Amino acid sequence: MLRGRRQSLRGTPRAGAGIAILVAAVILSACGSNKSETQQGADGGSEKTVKIGVIAPLSGSLTALGLGIKNGADLAVRQANEQKKIKGWKIVLSPEDDTAVPDVGANAATKLSDDKAVMGVIGTLNSSVAEKVAPILNSQKVVMVSPANTNPTLTQGPDPNRSIRPFEYYFRVATTDLIQGPFAANYAYDTAKKRNVVVVHDKKTYGQGLALQFKAQFEKNGGKVPAVETVEPEDQDFSAVLSRIKRFNPDMIYFGGEYPAASLFTSQADQQGLKVPLMGGDGIFSGTFISVAKAAGEGDLATSVGAPTDKLPTAQAFVDAYKAAGYADPYEAYGAYSYDAANVIIAGLAKVLDGQDKITDELRPKLRQAIQDGSIDGVTGKVAFDEYGDTTTRILTVYKVEKGADGNLAWKPQETKEFK
Amino acid sequence: MARLVQQLINGTVLGATIGLIALGYTMVYGIIQLINFAHGEIFMIGAFSGLYAYNHLIPEALRQNVAVTLPLVMLAAIVASTTVAVLAERLAYRPLRNAPRLAPLITAIGVSIALQEAIRLFYPGGKNRQSFPRIISGDTFQIGGVTIAWTSVFTVVTAVVLMLALEAFVNRTRLGKAMRATSQDPETARLMGIDTDKVIVVAFMLGGALAGVAGVIQGVRFTAIDFHIGFLAGIKAFTAAVLGGIGNIRGAVLGGFVIGIVEALATEYLPRGSDWKDVWAFVVLVVVLTFRPQGLLGEQVAVRS
Repeated sequence: MLRGRRQSLRGTPRAGAGIAILVAAVILSACGSNKSETQQGADGGSEKTVKIGVIAPLSGSLTALGLGIKNGADLAVRQANEQKKIKGWKIVLSPEDDTAVPDVGANAATKLSDDKAVMGVIGTLNSSVAEKVAPILNSQKVVMVSPANTNPTLTQGPDPNRSIRPFEYYFRVATTDLIQGPFAANYAYDTAKKRNVVVVHDKKTYGQGLALQFKAQFEKNGGKVPAVETVEPEDQDFSAVLSRIKRFNPDMIYFGGEYPAASLFTSQADQQGLKVPLMGGDGIFSGTFISVAKAAGEGDLATSVGAPTDKLPTAQAFVDAYKAAGYADPYEAYGAYSYDAANVIIAGLAKVLDGQDKITDELRPKLRQAIQDGSIDGVTGKVAFDEYGDTTTRILTVYKVEKGADGNLAWKPQETKEFK
Repeated sequence: MARLVQQLINGTVLGATIGLIALGYTMVYGIIQLINFAHGEIFMIGAFSGLYAYNHLIPEALRQNVAVTLPLVMLAAIVASTTVAVLAERLAYRPLRNAPRLAPLITAIGVSIALQEAIRLFYPGGKNRQSFPRIISGDTFQIGGVTIAWTSVFTVVTAVVLMLALEAFVNRTRLGKAMRATSQDPETARLMGIDTDKVIVVAFMLGGALAGVAGVIQGVRFTAIDFHIGFLAGIKAFTAAVLGGIGNIRGAVLGGFVIGIVEALATEYLPRGSDWKDVWAFVVLVVVLTFRPQGLLGEQVAVRS
C-alpha cells in the first residue's frame, strides 16, 4: 500500500515535468519555424538565409581533422557574409558531428537534407562515411563537396575499368587514392630507394583502397611487397602482427589507415626493434600522430593532397585570416581544402541565388551545374572539376617527421609534385 | 622457434590485461548474476585518473622518479575506479536488485555510455586521444632472438601478482569466505548473518581496483589512451570470463590468456591471420562452449529456485 502510494505521488511531478518539456518544445519549434519564415520572406528588408552544412567528426578519435574542416568552412562563410558575396542573402553554417561513423553520418545527412534552407554540404572526412552520406544528399539534390575523401569509387563507381559517376551532386577537392597511392609508391621506390615494403591496412574503405593502390604501383615499379597485413582501426596492441612483419625484414612499412592506429603502430614497431620508417596517406598526416608516436615517429612519411598550406603563396591570406579569427584548434590537413570547398559552394550560390527571393527546388540542379562548370582560384590552387566530380588538380606532397630548429618534431614537406 | 616463443609472449602480455579486466566481470556475475557492461569503462576511468594524477597531482620535479610516480598513478587509478564502480552499484544496480534480470543489464549498458560520454565531454581534451606518460622505460631486451619490452614484464608480473592476491583473499579471508557463500546461495548466506550487500560492494570494489590497475598498464604500454578504449577491452574481457567459466576466478584469468595467445598465434600461423584474429578468438569460444557449456573451468554461480 505504502509503496504504491509513494510511487503515485512520485509520478505526478514527473508527468508535470514531461508536459512542461513538451510545451516548451512546441513553443521553441514554433519560434524556430517563424524565424526561418521571416528570414526567408521576400519583403521586410531583412536578409534571407541560406545554409551550408558541414558533416565531419567533431568528436571521437579523428576530432583534430574534423575541427580543421569545420573551422575552414566557418572562415569562408564568415568572410562571404562580411563581403556580402551573395547579394541579399546571409549564409549560415550548420555543422553536424558524424563521429567518423557511417551511420551517424547518414543521420546527419538526413537531418540536413530535411532542412530546405540547406543548399550544400561540406564533408565528409572519411570515405566510409561519404559512402552513406553521398546517396542521401544526392537523392535530395543537395550538393556535397568533400575536402578529404580520397576513395576512387565515390566518383568513378565500383568498377575500375569502367568509370560511371554514381552521384551527380558529389564533388571533391581532394585527389583520389588512384593518384595518392601510386604517388607514394613512386616516392618510396625512386626517391627513398625502398625495395621491400610490407603493406598494412585497417580494412576501412579509405585504408584498404589506398594500401592496395600503393602495392600495385610499387610492384609495377619493381619493388617487392612480401605481405599485406591488416589491423583493426580500434586496436591498441599490435605486437602480434608486428612480430610477424619482422620476419620479412622490410625496409619500410606502408600503412593504409588513420593516425589513431598508425601512431600506436609506429611506436610499438619501434619498441619491437623494427626501426624502419612508416609511410601513410593523408589519414596519418596530423599533429596528433607526432604527439602520440613521439620519437618513434621520427623519419615517418606521409603523402597529402595539394601543396603544403603554409608554403603556398596563395594560402598565406588563409593562414593569416585563420589566425586572426582565433580558432582554438589548428587547421590541420584539410582546413584549407574545406575553405576552398566552402568557397566553391558560395561561388555557385552567388550565381544562382542572385535575384531570387526564396529557395526553391529548381535552384538545386542549377547550383550543381554552376559548380560543375565553374572554377575558382582557391587557396590550394585552381579548383575545377572533371566529368566525375573529381578535382582537376593532381598535386600531392610528401611529408616527413623531422626535428625542427626548436628541437620539436614536426611534419616537414619533402617533395611537391603534380602526378601525371 | 623464436617466432613461436615471441608470439606466445605477445599473447601472454595481451592476455594478462584481458584477464585483469575479466576478473571484475566474473566476480560480479558470480555473486549477483549481473553482466556489468560498464566494467570496460571502469577500466578506461582508471587510465584517465592515472593520467590526471600524473599531470596535476605530481610535482614536475618528481615525475622522472618511477618509485614516486608509479605508485601514485596506480593509487589514483585504483581510488577512482573503485569509487566509480561502487557508485554505479549503489546508484544504478542496487535499486534494481530484485527487478527482472533484464533491467539491470540494460542499466549497465546505460552506465557504460554515461561514463564514456562523461570522459569525452568533461575530461580536459577528452575528445581527443591523450598521450600517456612513459612511466616505465620503453626499452626492450633480447633473449635468443626474442624481443621483450620492460613494459611487458611489468604487465605480466603485476597481473599475476594481483591475481594471486585475489585468489588468496577469496580463499583465505573471512570476507572471502562470505563472498563464496553469497555466490553459492545468497538467501542462506543472509540467514547465516552475512551482510550480502556489503559482500556485493566488496566484489565491485575489487573488480574496480583491478580494472584501474589494468587501465594504468594499458596507458604505460601504449602511451596513449582515449575515452573509447573500454569498449573493445570490455568485450574481450567478457569473452574471456565466459570462456573460462563465468563466476570462476581462475577461469577468467585462464580465459584471458587463452584469448590473447590464440590471437597472437592466429596472426602468425594462419593464412590471412591478422584479418581474422578476432574471428579465431571467437571460434575458440564457440568450440569450447559447444563441448563445455560451463566454460573451461566450469561456472560457479548460485543455483536459484
